[in-house]
Amino acid sequence: MVEEAANGLEALETIQKEKVDLALVDWNMPDMDGREFIREVRQDKTYKDMRMIMVTTETAITKVEEALEAGADEYIMKPFTKEIILEKLALLGMDTSNASK
Amino acid sequence: MSVSKSDFNYIRELVLERSAIVLDDGKEYLVESRIGQVAETEGFGTIDQLVKALRKNSHNGLQSKVIEALTTNETSFFRDIHPFETLKDAVIPELLENRKNERRLNIWCAASSSGQEPYSIAMVIRENFPVLLDWKIDFVASDISETMLNRCRSGKFSQLEVNRGLSAALLVKYFEKEGASWFIKRNLQEMIHFQQINLSRELPYLPKMDIIFMRNVLIYFDIETKKRILNQLISILQPDGFLFLGAAESTINLDSSFERTDYKHSGCYRLKR
Repeated sequence: MVEEAANGLEALETIQKEKVDLALVDWNMPDMDGREFIREVRQDKTYKDMRMIMVTTETAITKVEEALEAGADEYIMKPFTKEIILEKLALLGMDTSNASK
Repeated sequence: MSVSKSDFNYIRELVLERSAIVLDDGKEYLVESRIGQVAETEGFGTIDQLVKALRKNSHNGLQSKVIEALTTNETSFFRDIHPFETLKDAVIPELLENRKNERRLNIWCAASSSGQEPYSIAMVIRENFPVLLDWKIDFVASDISETMLNRCRSGKFSQLEVNRGLSAALLVKYFEKEGASWFIKRNLQEMIHFQQINLSRELPYLPKMDIIFMRNVLIYFDIETKKRILNQLISILQPDGFLFLGAAESTINLDSSFERTDYKHSGCYRLKR
């Protein structure tokens, strides 16, 4: 199932209500940006199994480093394709056999 | 751009003769898209015009461009992931033990294409086996296409390419960004010797290999060529070496000297004892 959130705060509410396995997180969101969201989630052990991929137009190496430092599992630079997501999920050891849905 | 039956046949024979790669019926779409692009960049209005120039041999280097366009393939870093895990978890640890006296390791990546595969292997080594820094590593990466080899040597990748199959952790560790391009770091680039080899011809001298990556290459050749290539590998591969083929490839019915290992999904073969 896919849930959407317009910003980091809304995303935090969503993960409290639903068990989320994977979050694709945009860096540029109002109120709470992607990096703050990831950092926040990583501080809570409840979500230790949740995987988070930063998906962004930011392409500087320093940005990739910042995202990893905040606790992102992976990083995808926009534009991206479905294959790119599937390849990243495979890197994270996630089962992608149903993922094309 | 569309291709006529006779032009398709002409290109098909040219590719077969020069690279032993078979273009089956139904591959017209491939010729249309890839040769259409060559026709455009080389200033021919149509594929028909391009084939006319090919027939007259009036256009320097055109043959090579056509062959390269049809024999290079889209790929990603750590493609299919499993072979690289097997390399890290089983193959290199075993070879570290078996070669601890000689302290040398020979690796051949036989279709390096745009470089993702050899550089993925190089990253596995650098990332997991610091002890190998003191070993003599002979790492040859080959391809039929000089254009692709030059790309490999430059170590240059686009944003789309580094997005594919490469973990963010390895990206920041082994790449540098210049403008919109990403360059593999020099220490990785210098591990690899890039060399032009046409697998369908007799192979040049190569040292005995401990590891051979020949993934998703055999599928392009006819059965006789496949057999001939595998047969040459018997004498190139060390008796305790490892051969990686593509996940959908096999030595069955081609050569009985090899047996598939139990490493899951990694297409890893060894010579029968």
